Amino acid sequence: MSSVEPAVVAENLRKRYGETVALDGFDLTVAPGAVHGLLGPNGAGKTTAVRVLATLLRPDSGRASVAGFDVVAHAEQARYRLGLVGQHAAVDEMLSGRQNLELFGRLYHLRPSAARARAGELLERFRLADTGSKPVKQYSGGMRRRLDLAAGLILSPYVLFLDEPTTGLDPRARNEVWAAVRELTAAGTTVVLTTQYLEEADQLAGRISVIDHGRVIAEGAPEELKRRIGADRIDVVLHRDADLPTAAALLADIAGAQPESDPDRRLVSAPVRDRMAALSRLVPALSSAGITAEDVALRRPTLDEVFLHLTGDQQEVVA
Amino acid sequence: MTALITAPPRTPLARLRWALADGWTVTRRDLTHWRNQPLQLVAGLLFSVMVLLMFGFLFGGAMFVPGGGDYREFLVPGVLALTMVFGVETTFTAISTDAARGVTDRFRSLPMAPSAVVLGRCTADLLSAVLTLAALVLAGLAMGWQWHNGVAGAFAAFALLLFLRLAMLWLGIYLGLVLRSPEAVMALQILVWPLGFLSSAFVAPATMPGWLAAVAEWNPLSATATAIRELFGNPGWGGQSWPSEHPVLLAVLWPLALTAVFCPLAIRGYRELSR
Ligand SMILES: Nc1ncnc2c1ncn2[C@@H]1O[C@H](COP(=O)(O)OP(=O)(O)OP(=O)(O)O)[C@@H](O)[C@H]1O
Ligand SMILES: [Mg+2]
Repeated sequence: MSSVEPAVVAENLRKRYGETVALDGFDLTVAPGAVHGLLGPNGAGKTTAVRVLATLLRPDSGRASVAGFDVVAHAEQARYRLGLVGQHAAVDEMLSGRQNLELFGRLYHLRPSAARARAGELLERFRLADTGSKPVKQYSGGMRRRLDLAAGLILSPYVLFLDEPTTGLDPRARNEVWAAVRELTAAGTTVVLTTQYLEEADQLAGRISVIDHGRVIAEGAPEELKRRIGADRIDVVLHRDADLPTAAALLADIAGAQPESDPDRRLVSAPVRDRMAALSRLVPALSSAGITAEDVALRRPTLDEVFLHLTGDQQEVVA
Repeated sequence: MTALITAPPRTPLARLRWALADGWTVTRRDLTHWRNQPLQLVAGLLFSVMVLLMFGFLFGGAMFVPGGGDYREFLVPGVLALTMVFGVETTFTAISTDAARGVTDRFRSLPMAPSAVVLGRCTADLLSAVLTLAALVLAGLAMGWQWHNGVAGAFAAFALLLFLRLAMLWLGIYLGLVLRSPEAVMALQILVWPLGFLSSAFVAPATMPGWLAAVAEWNPLSATATAIRELFGNPGWGGQSWPSEHPVLLAVLWPLALTAVFCPLAIRGYRELSR
């Protein structure tokens, strides 16, 4: 990666809104063609970072570039090479889906025929062809979101910024967005996407930056991060309260880590490295101890647990 | 896949062509709005015509023009000027809706000429003003209103009207960018309507109590209304004060002053979006 110029660079970006520090020394380097996830809770500074990178917001200090063009000094050149899909759908409600895409296509300086053709292709691709001539006012939230995404893809940008692209989408639409992102990267587009879901970052991103309070607190490939985070978790919901200590002891033995217990929900939970092995050992162990489980589940750590591990602050976890 | 990446134009002439083309694209967006929702456009025009008819026929009987003359001849120029001032609501709604919905940000992330949004807004709003004026002129003619000073006077009058509308454009853009909420148009109406009535649009300021009369005389709306009455050769209200004796000058100065204040503020409003 050393000889290739990075597609996106951010160095020590700072941005404050009055008293609020939204970016506090934010750094990012994304290699061409990579998918980079920005993972963080509400208010972490994800949108602010994306807005700076997409030339919408001037940082107070620090510098950033897209495709080698400084986002402040050479914003215009950068804009030819980036697409932005903001956190909230930004389309004209009074126009139809097709009219929206043609309008934006024309503003990318496509010829009228090319703008029309591109609008048709994108509507097709995002299952909006049937509703393409209805005004956006009549679209559902998910349809709007897909149209918004289509508008960001008009030029097949060199770098695409997606701010929480799947928030509010149904599973099918979410899968379509994921598929679209994969297709784009296969065609060489670099993608920077923000998300609050580790699952999503894990599915799409080759590298993840975990953001908190306007700075990156951890960065790496999903596998690396998960190793640091303590991998997946196993949750066991018991039938009787009284079994809680025994079950916790069994789980501690299998997981090799101290489980957390939640008596209210009769839940014991522990991180596990080898999902399947842990499961196949736990179930017989529970039944030979005479413990009835109502539910046993393997799951990815939540964002809260990720933060718990990365910040090492036990108080911060929310049950 | 269309992966066509164009570079921004370099020569000044190419940049100008590019800015005009983008401005026209943004204008066409409004034309498409009208085509998609013709009823909304028609309702807007009907509203202005209704104000004219209401005052002409319902209240007109009780009104008199101080210098003598037909009230409807007095009224039509007043309503023409009034609708130009009310145009601020159209600009405000368009600008604040785009800002609230993120469309402004979308435009800002595109490699389009930054001036295109303003140019497009300006062209679309002036076109809509021309349509409104046309509807009112037709209704006025049907009511018996006429211009008496020839085509040149009439042209000068329409130019002053559009000049006032242009000044309102900057105010609308500025307020739209500051408030960024289309719902605030209600508040704007509460401010604009009294200004509309506190003018010489419907009645002679001479009929108002002292300080209200002064406000009504100096009101930019009155300046344009009085000026175009003179240019159309319609009866005025014949005040003795400086504003009523120099209406044309004031109808140029007021929009100039409003533009001088709000055009820079509007441009700053756009700059502030990236703060
Ligand atoms: N325009 C603004 N004015 C004032 N404060 C702002 C503004 N935009 C963001 N902030 C503040 O900056 C911080 C970072 O906000 P940002 O929107 O970047 O977070 P985020 O990670 O995108 O959060 P979310 O997951 O909720 O979208 C927050 O504390 C927010 O309140
Ligand atoms: Mg956000």
